[in-house]
Amino acid sequence: MGPTTAVVQATAAAKTTAHAEGQQHPIRLYLLVWGWLFVLSTCSYLVDYFNLQGYPRWFLILLLMIVKAGLIVGVFMHMAWERLALVYAILVPPVAVLVFVGIMVFESSYTHFTRLIFFHGGP
Amino acid sequence: MADDALVTPGDALTLRTGWRSVAGDWASDQRAFKSASWGKAMMWIFLLSDTFIFSCFLLSYMTVRMSTTVPWPNPSMVFALRLGGTEIPLILIAIMTFILISSSGTMAMAVNYGYRRDRVKTTLLMLATAAFGASFVGMQGFEWTKLIREGVRPWHNPWGADQFGSSFFMITGFHGTHVTIGVIFLLITSRKVWRGDFDHGKPGFFTSRKGRYENVEIMGLYWHFVDLVWVFIFALFYLW
Repeated sequence: MGPTTAVVQATAAAKTTAHAEGQQHPIRLYLLVWGWLFVLSTCSYLVDYFNLQGYPRWFLILLLMIVKAGLIVGVFMHMAWERLALVYAILVPPVAVLVFVGIMVFESSYTHFTRLIFFHGGP
Repeated sequence: MADDALVTPGDALTLRTGWRSVAGDWASDQRAFKSASWGKAMMWIFLLSDTFIFSCFLLSYMTVRMSTTVPWPNPSMVFALRLGGTEIPLILIAIMTFILISSSGTMAMAVNYGYRRDRVKTTLLMLATAAFGASFVGMQGFEWTKLIREGVRPWHNPWGADQFGSSFFMITGFHGTHVTIGVIFLLITSRKVWRGDFDHGKPGFFTSRKGRYENVEIMGLYWHFVDLVWVFIFALFYLW
C-alpha cells in the first residue's frame, strides 16, 4: 500500500468525525502519517548516502520533498478538511514563487556565463 | 456571546461544496472563511507571508549557487560526523530531521487530545514537542560551533564558494529562530492547558480574549510550518 492510498483511506475514515468540535480525527491517522514521514525522510537520506547523482537525484529529492510537504500540510495542518476558499487562498499564492524561480534560474545562468567570460576567458 | 458568534461556522447557511464554493464564499457577506475561525485564518495568512520570506532566502541561495564559478562545498562531506571511527555523511542533519518530524507527530496528537479535553495528555505531548524542538536547536548550535571552528564564515570557508557560509548562516539561522520562538510559545500554551485556562475560558493576559482549545491547534499550525520549512531546507540546501 503506497503512502497516498493508505492516507487517503485513513482520511476518508476520518472525514466523518471531522468538524464535530474543531478538528477530530483518529490518533491512528497521525501515527500513520508520522510513520510515512520517517520512511520518506529515510529515503531522502539514502539518496545522499548512496551518492545518486544527476537527474535521478533531482527527481527523487524533489518528489520526496513534495510528498512530505503534502502530508504535513494536508493531515498535520488539517488542510485536507478545510473549505476550498481557504485552501486556495493559502496554496495558490506560493505558485508565484515558481515563476520567481524561473526568472532567477534565467538570471543566474546569465551571470554565470558572463563570469566565465570575464574571469576565466570563455565558457 | 458575540465572541462565540464569530467563532461558530455559519451553520445556519447551507454551504456549497466544490469549485463553486470558492466563488460563493469569497463573494458572500461578512466572512470568506466559513469553517475557519479568525484566529486560524490569520495564522494561515501569517504562515503564507512567512512562506514568502523563506522562499526568498532559498531563491537567493539558488541564485548565488548557480551563478558562482567556484565549486560549491559538498554538504554531504561538510556535515559528516565521525561516529565510532567511521565518517558518516550528513548524519547530524538526518537526526535533526527525524527529531523535527517526531515533534510534529507529538504536536498533532496534542491538538487531538486538546479537542478531547484531555488536559494531562495535551500538556505532556506539548512538553514533548517543546523538548524535541529544544534538542533540535541544541544540535543546530552544535553544528554552527563545529563549522565556525572549522573556519566557516559568512564571507569565507575552506572548501569552496564563499557564498556557502552566508547562505548557510542566513537560512539555518532564520529557521532556528523560528524553532526557538515556537518552543517558547509551546511552553506558554502548555502551561495554559495545564492550568485549565481553555476549560474555563480564562482571558489571555495579553489579548484578554477567552482561550479555547483551538489555540492549541493554531499553535500546532505554526509548529508544523517550522517542520515544513525544514523539509524544504533539507532537500534544497543539504541534499542538492
